[in-house]
This record gives sequence, structure tokens and C-alpha cells, in this order.
Amino acid sequence: MNEENESITVNKLKNNFSELALSFEKKTDYDEVTVPGEHIFSILEFLKNEPDLAYNFLMDLGVVDYLKYPLKRPERFEVIYNLYSLDKKHRVIIKAPVNGKKSFIESVSSLWSSANWAEREAFDMYGITFKNHPNLRRILNHHEFVGHPLRKDYPIRKRQSLSANDSLMDEMELRLKEKGLK
Amino acid sequence: MGLESFLGDSIITTTIDEVVKWGRKNSLWPMPFGTACCAIEYMSTVSSVFDVSRFGAEVVRFSPRQSDLIIVAGTVSFKQAPILKTIYDQMPEPKWVISMGACASSGGFYDNYCTVQGIDEIIPVDVYIAGCPPRPEAVIDAIIKIQEAIEKQGSEIKEKKGPKMVIGNDEALKERAATK
Repeated sequence: MNEENESITVNKLKNNFSELALSFEKKTDYDEVTVPGEHIFSILEFLKNEPDLAYNFLMDLGVVDYLKYPLKRPERFEVIYNLYSLDKKHRVIIKAPVNGKKSFIESVSSLWSSANWAEREAFDMYGITFKNHPNLRRILNHHEFVGHPLRKDYPIRKRQSLSANDSLMDEMELRLKEKGLK
Repeated sequence: MGLESFLGDSIITTTIDEVVKWGRKNSLWPMPFGTACCAIEYMSTVSSVFDVSRFGAEVVRFSPRQSDLIIVAGTVSFKQAPILKTIYDQMPEPKWVISMGACASSGGFYDNYCTVQGIDEIIPVDVYIAGCPPRPEAVIDAIIKIQEAIEKQGSEIKEKKGPKMVIGNDEALKERAATK
């Protein structure tokens, strides 16, 4: 790819993280960047706070399990951040490979509040642990559920009954504290 | 002639059984447990077009303590299963259960880790309605089937559980109703 066609996002990332092994892929109207998982927080923080980039909107956070993928992948999981800038009107996809055994990555819920529930969902469905997350527990499945149903090695028909209702009190108390009401 | 010939036209004599049955039959108060699109179809059943009030079952109660018919309309996940059981337990006797649609009756096409494969695994069902979602006429048919069942039994507090009924020509559902 020649220099003139490079987007400002790719340019800035190349200049500021030259020591990291980043790989770039150009799509029709956005870029895909694969970054090392251990540096995810500093890279996303840079993307959000750099005035020329100003990625102030985390649109989505997803996970892919490459366990049975036909092509060889460096790691089993990949956490995918879908960022958009409401001011600059540009977007970028950040992919971070995550080790299948340890499967943890730093939480970005301090950067975007929307990451809070998105990371809980990723934890619930794929078992990815997000370091420094304020309330990392199941969000969709019930509290007695064992395993992570969207992992490719979870048997799709393995059903687990819930014997007692889920309590939402701890979540409510957290919200009250967040809003300064308690 | 009996007693009525002395009392005139303003008084009829009957048995307490008949009065209780007549009252129960014509004032079924449904509690809708609506979790999916079947609940939309149930709203249509209650609306003036299909008008379930013709059968006395239009007083929709959103409190299980005031209702004697629960209409489970929609998919029930394992997370919701204890809620459904609690609501059913809170209803006073006698009570009846309609399992409306494919999801409530058998899990429907949600053959996966999170969906209960038919509410009859949690609570006893009186009438299953086939369909995805069923037509409002099928819901009215189910209510009439329950009225007929009330007609057949006495005024006991606890209702006798008759054979399970199926609305719609669904062989798999009929087999399920016969075995559960």
C-alpha cells in the first residue's frame, strides 16, 4: 500500500507504536488492525484520546473462537473492537488475539462505558477474563450455569436448569453507588 | 312439577355444583405469561376483532393471585423457568394452563443450550396449541376446550386433571400430550 492512500488512523498507529507488531488490512471504508493482546489498553486509549482520531464511540465488542477454523490462527480467541468517531466520521476495527489457555485481556470499560456490559457478555459466552473490570460476572446466562456456551467445544444441546432465581441486588447496589445515591 | 311451580318465574332451583361450574366456566381470568411473538397474537385475541370476551375470558390479570388460567405465550428460557414456576404456584386453585405455540409446547426451533424444551417440564399443561404463532381462533378454541373440561367436573377446589388436549393437527404434539 502506498503512503498517500493510508488513512490517518493507520498513519498515527504506525508512528506511535512502531515497536509493536501491528498488521493492517484496508477495507472499503475502514481499516482493520491486528494488535498484540497485551498492549490493547494503551492502543485503544491512544485511539480514543488522540485529538485527530477521537474514537469516542465503542460500537461493538465481539469475540471469535477459532477452535475449529480450517486455517491456522496464532491464538484460539480473537477479541474484536468496533470503533467509530462521531466527530471525525471514521471507523476502525481492532482485533486482538487472545491465548486460549489463559484467555485474559485488559478491560477498556474505563475508556467507554459501553464496554462494561459488552465485556461481561464476552466473559459469559466465551470465558474471556477482562482484567480491571468493575463487575465481571455473567450477564445473559444464569448464575448456576457452568461453562461458556458460545465456545466451539460447548455441546450446543447441553442444557442446565436453574434451581433458584437470579438475584439482581448486587447489581442494583453498584448502580446506586455509581449514581451517588448510596 | 317441582318447587319452581310454587316460587314463580323469578326463582330457579339448581345444585351448587351447577352454579359454581357455570360461574367458573364463564369467567376465566387469564394471566398472560407472554415472552415472545405469541403474546402479540394473544393481544390480538383479546382485541375487538376476535373478542375473547364473548367467552368471558377478557379480564386479563397481570397478577397470578387474581387469575385461574395461565396462558404461556412464548419461549421460556432456563433463566425464566423458576419465574414461571413461582407464578404458577401463586395462582389459587382451581387453575388451568394453556401452552400457546411451538416454543411453549416443545421449545420450538430453539433446540439449544438455553431454552426449556416445553413448559410441561415445569408445570402441568391442560391444552397445547400448535402453531408458530397460532391463530387467535386457535386460542379461543383452547379456551372453549377448557370450558368444556370445567363443565365435566364438579365444584371441587382442586380441579381434576383430565386428558391433555391439543389444538391443531400436529402429530408430534399429540404424542407429547399423550405421554407427558
